[in-house]
Amino acid sequence: MHAEEKLTAETFPAAPERATLEGKNKFLGFWLFLGGETVLFASLFATYLALKDKTNGGPSAEELFQMPIVFMATMLLLTSSLTSVYAIYHMKNFDFKKMQLWFGITVLLGAGFLALEIYEFYEYVHEGHKFTTSAFSSAFYTLVGTHGSHVAFGLLWILTLMIRNAKRGLNLYNAPKFYVASLYWHFIDVVWVFIFTVVYLMGMVG
Amino acid sequence: MANQTNSGNERVDLAYRRRKNAEEMRHQMIAFVLMILLTLIAFAAVGYEEFSHWFVVPFILLLAAVQVAFQLYYFMHMSHKGHEFPAMFIYGGVAVMLLLVWAFTTVVWW
Repeated sequence: MHAEEKLTAETFPAAPERATLEGKNKFLGFWLFLGGETVLFASLFATYLALKDKTNGGPSAEELFQMPIVFMATMLLLTSSLTSVYAIYHMKNFDFKKMQLWFGITVLLGAGFLALEIYEFYEYVHEGHKFTTSAFSSAFYTLVGTHGSHVAFGLLWILTLMIRNAKRGLNLYNAPKFYVASLYWHFIDVVWVFIFTVVYLMGMVG
Repeated sequence: MANQTNSGNERVDLAYRRRKNAEEMRHQMIAFVLMILLTLIAFAAVGYEEFSHWFVVPFILLLAAVQVAFQLYYFMHMSHKGHEFPAMFIYGGVAVMLLLVWAFTTVVWW
């Protein structure tokens, strides 16, 4: 099957993301990239765990973190992971409009998450928790900020794909692109599960 | 990759594939409900002050590991065929993570 072939629901393959050689390569290469991302976040988590109690007179994790905002952010991101699963479900059924709709909802939920995070950082800075306040604050902002920048990048990526392909419809050229973007979005959620557990919940336990 | 079914009748194949996709989506939905439940339990365990620190920390780490497995194997389809290399990449990353966390929290000191 070649990438630009005009397809119908009947002729669309069951695994469109891996139906072409280019798709197969993207799929494998992207998973290798995710392995590298795991190592990147591993180093930031390790640094955070080593430095989390070195507050240098600044506020501690227990004083700063508020459960409601973290809970809200977690629910938004977790739900956005499900909505992108719906998008890929419709992609496999060759339903371009529904795929676009669900990716759109994913982007909205992700934007909500990002807004909460910006508000949260803004509050912390006002409470005297700045990037250079302590080893704890530097490690915290680097880890959570790197995750937040991944969310921002993921939002722009999905939006770009949606706009770029709006009139093109679904084919074997762009199906792997959408699939890989959804993998990235799930990976962001995987990292967040560890952030809310290791940084926020363990920080509140003390 | 060719379609997995080949009855020679495209309409039948399509109906079969749609049904299979719908069934998979139901499993995804169940995974999602379980993930929300695990999250609620983790937040509740931390909110409930009676539990000791020594119980809560390993407990919520375990919940996180289970939730991440759901993400990887269901949402990211790692349970499907043809994911041997993806699994190797991710587990390789996890091995480095364990080593780094162990090194930074025990060997490094100041």
